[in-house]
Amino acid sequence: MSANAVAGGDIVRRPARTATERLMAALNRAPVHIILALVGLIWLAPTMGLLITSFRPRSDIQATGWWETLSTLRFTAVNYEQVLGAQGMLGAFVNSLWISVPSTLLPLTIASLGAFAFSWMRFPFRDGIFLVIVALMMVPVQVAFIPLLQLMAPFGVTRNFVGVWLVHTAFALPFGIFLLRNFFITLPKDLIEAARIDGASDLGIFRKIVVPLSVPAIAAYGIFQFLWVWNDLLMALVFVQNGANNPMTRQVTNLLGQYGSEWHILAAGAFLLMALPMIVFLALQRYFVQGLLAGSVK
Amino acid sequence: MGFTPASVTATEKPKVGKAGAPDRAGERTHWKAWIFLLPSFILLGVFLVYPTLYTITLSFNRGRRGEFTEWVGLRNYEQLLTRDPNFLNLGTFPPSGALFNNVLWIIFYTSLVLGLGLIIAVMATRVRYETLIKIIVFLPQAIAATALGVIWRFVYAPNPEIGLLNATLGVAGVGPFSWLGDPRFVNAALITAGVWGSVGFATVILSAAIKSIPTEILEAARTDGANERQIFTRIIVPMVSLPMSVLAVTLIVNVIKLFDLIYVMTNGGPGSSSRVIAFTMYQEAFPGGQFGRGAAVAVVMLIILIPVMIFNLRRFRTEAVT
Repeated sequence: MSANAVAGGDIVRRPARTATERLMAALNRAPVHIILALVGLIWLAPTMGLLITSFRPRSDIQATGWWETLSTLRFTAVNYEQVLGAQGMLGAFVNSLWISVPSTLLPLTIASLGAFAFSWMRFPFRDGIFLVIVALMMVPVQVAFIPLLQLMAPFGVTRNFVGVWLVHTAFALPFGIFLLRNFFITLPKDLIEAARIDGASDLGIFRKIVVPLSVPAIAAYGIFQFLWVWNDLLMALVFVQNGANNPMTRQVTNLLGQYGSEWHILAAGAFLLMALPMIVFLALQRYFVQGLLAGSVK
Repeated sequence: MGFTPASVTATEKPKVGKAGAPDRAGERTHWKAWIFLLPSFILLGVFLVYPTLYTITLSFNRGRRGEFTEWVGLRNYEQLLTRDPNFLNLGTFPPSGALFNNVLWIIFYTSLVLGLGLIIAVMATRVRYETLIKIIVFLPQAIAATALGVIWRFVYAPNPEIGLLNATLGVAGVGPFSWLGDPRFVNAALITAGVWGSVGFATVILSAAIKSIPTEILEAARTDGANERQIFTRIIVPMVSLPMSVLAVTLIVNVIKLFDLIYVMTNGGPGSSSRVIAFTMYQEAFPGGQFGRGAAVAVVMLIILIPVMIFNLRRFRTEAVT
């Protein structure tokens, strides 16, 4: 646009578009629309298929494919009733919340405190220790399984929720400290110095200035951590050793083991597991994408 | 982050590299900083650093039940790499085993996610329903790998009256196949499901990178007569190469840590043909009770991730300076 204006009359201007040319342009773009429609279909169909199946009566599922639903149009909530009740998904839903909420709030608090020290306080080896934290981001949880089970067994914390809370918290800290520190150092220095001169304590600065100004970053990290814990299977498999405490991910894998091809149960179970993350994602999309961009690629 | 305090207050002397803390706070605050750091350090020490050292030591032991019963040196590693066809089998062609499957995943999963992600991102910027397409493609990113596994087991169901893929192929008179029950197909089928789950991640990030390309550059290229293909290969691809490389590293880390999808979709089978390294660690240590070998697998994972660690550290340090 500006290029044309600056260059003046010498450059050939794009001719005014006639109806025919607009049609030609649309036809040129047709491949793009067709490919994107195909992309949309491929990315929607598997999920929609399972969603539709979760509302179909068992007999219909076994007789015809979900894509033939239009010819029958019979829907029922019976699958969900069965899965929530007899198959224990309601209890597992509560367990998932019991695991996820503390496993989000604990690292959020602890990582914020640590990130504040790394960004606005001075202590020896600060930058060196921070590099160690960056390195710890890559440590795979597998490394911790055996020693932590040994360590925690005498305290019985794998029989309740404490063990899984602590492991989730610890493994969330390196990324949390990294992400929040990178946000905290962008806060205006003058503001924090002024507060120091006015005699505010470090804790006061943290609570009254840094945290309120960092709500978007903290929220983004919180959403990620919550979804990550909610969706986790592996940690729950290793550190939740009491069947009554199983979260939804484990309950769905149990259903898969018991009812490998009973799709009315599996579809409803999987959708209960997906429901909350989908709602969170669609409602908080903006935070979600911001956090994603801050976390991996700026 | 390009933003350092030195660049904000122009009147001050620039202080290179030190982001954050004011000098005047001085020694006085040292001990207070440790209070802020104490909870992090305790948790990291007990739950990350100590277990890592323990696991490394354990990998040199027989390690039944997780005790250092008998020092066996490198025997666990030797056994894994040379005498365990489930872990690495170079004796056949094509090779097989968990480690080789991870190589397949790294090659195909990474390149497909990046390629499809870039193509969809570029195409989406040219249409009005861009946001809608991005949301649809990104949605699998929000759901659990466990649910993703159920979705794709359903797509792959051998019965063409149930499985979408066999039904679609059936229209063309092909199949049906048992995608997850046949060693020839199982890894391709799993990688496809993994790619489907991750493309949205690449699309969203690359789309942001494409949008950050200054419009003047694109306009200037168009004025000079560049066609869309030239704009794609000469401008867009070079300008998103840095985010692409960072994404590639993230995807490779995903592959090394890949567990849930395999556990849910095939449990490593049929036989052991779809095992990957993170799955093997779990399998050896827990159902198997071979803690020493499990520890060795965990250490192999750690070793594979060390170059990534170095990559991240370097990237972080260059960012801190600029």
